[in-house]
Amino acid sequence: MLKTFKNGGVHPPAHKLSADRAIEVLEIPKTAFIPVSQHIGAPAVPLVKRGDTVKTGQIIARSNGFVSTNIHSPVSGKVKKIDTLPDSSGYPRTGVVIDTEGDEWIDTIDRSETLVKEFSWSGKEITDKILEAGIVGLGGATFPTHVKLIPPKGKKAEMLILNGVECEPFLTSDHRLMLEKADEILVGTMLLKKALGVQKCYIGIENNKPDAIRLMREKTKEYPEISVVPLKVKYPQGGEKQLIKAITGREVPSGGLPIAVGVVVHNVGTAFAVYEAVQKNKPLFERIVTVTGKSLKKPSNFKTRIGTPIADLIEAAGGEPGDTGKIICGGPMMGKAIAKREVPVTKGTSGILLTGGNETKRKEQKACIRCSRCVSVCPMGLEPYYLMTVSEKQMWEAAEKNHVLDCIECGSCSYTCPSNRPLLDYIRLAKGKVGQLVRERKNG
Amino acid sequence: MSKILTVSPSPHIHSGESIHKIMYRVILALIPALVWSVFVFGIDALRVTLIAVAACVVFEYVIQKYAMRITPSVGDGSAIITGVLLAFNVPATLPWWIILIGALVAIGIGKLSFGGLGQNIFNPALVGRVFLLISFPVQMTSWPVNKQAGIDGVTSATPLGLIKETLKSGQPLSETMGDLPGTMDLLLGNIGGSLGEVSAILLILGGIYMLFRKVITWHIPVSVLGSIALFSGFLWLINPEMYMNPVFHLLTGGAMLGAIFMATDMVTSPMTGKGQIIYGMGIGLITIAIRTWGAYPEGVSFAILLMNAVVPVINSYVKPKQFGGKQ
Repeated sequence: MLKTFKNGGVHPPAHKLSADRAIEVLEIPKTAFIPVSQHIGAPAVPLVKRGDTVKTGQIIARSNGFVSTNIHSPVSGKVKKIDTLPDSSGYPRTGVVIDTEGDEWIDTIDRSETLVKEFSWSGKEITDKILEAGIVGLGGATFPTHVKLIPPKGKKAEMLILNGVECEPFLTSDHRLMLEKADEILVGTMLLKKALGVQKCYIGIENNKPDAIRLMREKTKEYPEISVVPLKVKYPQGGEKQLIKAITGREVPSGGLPIAVGVVVHNVGTAFAVYEAVQKNKPLFERIVTVTGKSLKKPSNFKTRIGTPIADLIEAAGGEPGDTGKIICGGPMMGKAIAKREVPVTKGTSGILLTGGNETKRKEQKACIRCSRCVSVCPMGLEPYYLMTVSEKQMWEAAEKNHVLDCIECGSCSYTCPSNRPLLDYIRLAKGKVGQLVRERKNG
Repeated sequence: MSKILTVSPSPHIHSGESIHKIMYRVILALIPALVWSVFVFGIDALRVTLIAVAACVVFEYVIQKYAMRITPSVGDGSAIITGVLLAFNVPATLPWWIILIGALVAIGIGKLSFGGLGQNIFNPALVGRVFLLISFPVQMTSWPVNKQAGIDGVTSATPLGLIKETLKSGQPLSETMGDLPGTMDLLLGNIGGSLGEVSAILLILGGIYMLFRKVITWHIPVSVLGSIALFSGFLWLINPEMYMNPVFHLLTGGAMLGAIFMATDMVTSPMTGKGQIIYGMGIGLITIAIRTWGAYPEGVSFAILLMNAVVPVINSYVKPKQFGGKQ
């Protein structure tokens, strides 16, 4: 029996159109817009000013606090301006705009393709390098990676779980990376393991990627501490809490972090970035981005510089299809729809999805028929129909009592609802309000 | 200038599931039993069903449009189900005007007075059925001849009716055993009764289809039938001369129809699996209690309606298991 998490979950059609497309290197953008906040936590502080010349890989904004990280220039050229421009959230963000001239890298970066397996680094050195390189969770959550490597006082990590699930439909960037950079990912994993001081590591991969499972199994023969765990396909298995449940059977307590059950989860893309940072001295300024959509001419996986406008990626994938109605940063279940094609790729951009025609429009909302599907698909054991009702009535206390803050916003409820009710919209509203009330209470 | 993009929060895809798809699956699941009832009771069965369905649909349309002044929602198919289920719960000989009254009560009072689909507390078809049973007891219990069973006379009693009569007259059950249909007849439907209660096996078939298409889950049918079997089996073991055996209870009097099609009505049943089991067990126990000690030979309808009333309470006490919650 293949492992999976127990409660809830849905099976949206996979549509992994770009799974067979090898990673291609995308052209460097003419102008790059690099927001200083591409991670959860405090925005980084810009170190450059207008007119400065920068090299590829040079630090351009410095981490500002523990939960924050560095930002590096993805291109070489001249700083045109420091400005506020919208990112994928739709909100204007401060960022550095750089006009590209050539592609001159800082000379500390080892640009060779040779696999380096140097494990003599101390845990502290690895963690410092990760912070220096500005690495964040590349699965989409963008939580600074170094923070997860330093467990809070009194907590001890027992194991590392590497997330190669990629349960979002359409996305294939992690899949391709596992196929093409397996050795590097495993070296990165060993480094993460060392930084955490744990003995055991599991790599969770859903069994709709048999080639990746096979390859990883083959490659891990060299590393007996790392085992590959094939998982039964079910969304949202890539969610940290669901993945931990699937692999270890442990449940992260409500409101708690994975470290509470002795687990730290990192994405396979993050492990690759760690490899590059530690072994090649290369900061995080490029990532793999899937560009996909049913009408798209050439669904692709691109190695893309951070700051590249999304329009460039779409162009490289064959241009925007005529029926495009929505462009989504991320997958169709949890991604953000963007309003402007100039939005840049950031560290958290795992994919660009173009949907068209009927898919774009939401169907008319009908009355709740109490079919209880939302309850049975909720992976967090919540009652979405009830949370929506109390949110509509602004009964925030009832929402809090019914654990609205546990919601991971996976969207399984809205996806399943036969009455097309916007369950997650209302739950998000309640989460925001309840979060605010909780903070106010804490601050007196 | 390129096209303006749609921006909306996630999720950006939908399963494609809809109310009318669910409702039409239920209707499909009811068809085998309907065909059998026509086979058994003749064209009368079809007449009752068509009148009931047409009446439910028309009443829903007219009331929504002219009384409630909202866009009629008859397209979702739920009124059709109410019509079929109402027909399944009455004798094939029922006069047309009584069917109309039943449909009006089912749709008007049972469903729309609460606000329409999703708002009603009680199963609409059962509200209509119970209203008719109390208002027109004679017509509602004049069972037509089952052509397959080959029983003589104009009307034939239901198996449960026979039991009740026997016990009322103070005789032991063994006296009437010869008059009762055998298990095979019960399974296939060679018995007297309402339209839809006569063939257990086709109702089970419909139930399996609904399970397979995820219209229902196992919780309600299994807990209703399981508790009927356990409770009646317990009584039967105490005194087989006073109480009928569990197989008989499971196969008669709409236990199957109730457990598979009526108690599982999603609007009027609990939201969690655990809650559904409590609800189903309640229905089973009340059914046997009414059949054994009540004035009516049959108790499934009352049992479901009584448990419908408890559903909000069940929903507020029985919650799903919170992920990472305290044990």
